[in-house]
Amino acid sequence: MKIAITSTGKDLNSNVDPRFGRCSYFVIYETESKTYEFIENPNKNADNGAGPASVQVVADKGVSKIVSGEFGMKIKSLLESLKIQMIVIKEPTKTIQDIINMFNK
Amino acid sequence: MMNLPLIKGFKPYGQQDGLKNSDPVILLLEEYESVKLCDYEMHNHISACEIMGVSRPTFTRIYASARQKIATALAEGRQITIEGGRVTFDKDWYLCQDCKCYFSNPELDNEIEECPLCKSKNISYLGQSKLDGKNIDTDKELCVCPLCGYSIPHLQGKPCKQEICPDCKVPLKRNNLL
Repeated sequence: MKIAITSTGKDLNSNVDPRFGRCSYFVIYETESKTYEFIENPNKNADNGAGPASVQVVADKGVSKIVSGEFGMKIKSLLESLKIQMIVIKEPTKTIQDIINMFNK
Repeated sequence: MMNLPLIKGFKPYGQQDGLKNSDPVILLLEEYESVKLCDYEMHNHISACEIMGVSRPTFTRIYASARQKIATALAEGRQITIEGGRVTFDKDWYLCQDCKCYFSNPELDNEIEECPLCKSKNISYLGQSKLDGKNIDTDKELCVCPLCGYSIPHLQGKPCKQEICPDCKVPLKRNNLL
């Protein structure tokens, strides 16, 4: 199963980015092989439509869950139709490593 | 977070001749919710802003705007349309009590039993929790006789002093005020 996590930087000690559409990086984590890859978000500085464009980026990777701090209004119905689960983290101090550890428990 | 209103709006009737239904007043969903919480469910502003997940000043702004719009509709005989605004619905979200994360359920037919992050079973479904929370609150509150200790459950919105102790014939008081 693949999970996308929004990240502020491109290493495992970065914090979870509280924004979804304009986050700095996406981490795509594969739970079976325990591998991960960082993707720079091309929509980081987009004026509008960053959310739907970012959904496109992660949906192309075939993720089934997304972990972020907040999801915008345009995205929710889109993710529902793609059957992708949204997980909202309200603690911005969590690092990518923390999240991955939680999935591996 | 909230559940949808039962209707999409209100229409006036009995207008003076020549006055047709004019431009509707658009009441945002969060404004509807603020009035419902404060004036129908009788929450105070503090608990209402916690239920809606907004700050106290923001709640006051939403509520003031709602009252302004409803008053405009009444005074000018305009329709009210309830739509739009920045809202999410309780029925779509779950909350994990252990890691405090919110998550959605992508497969609406199957109920979720554990937190996708920490695998905790200690999760709550927000679509129901508002009602549950209300029941717990009112269960805890009692109208108590200050003389003999006779008590009945407190009804939200009904002042305790309107209840009279059947033995001592004195008005009751709220248990946490004694």
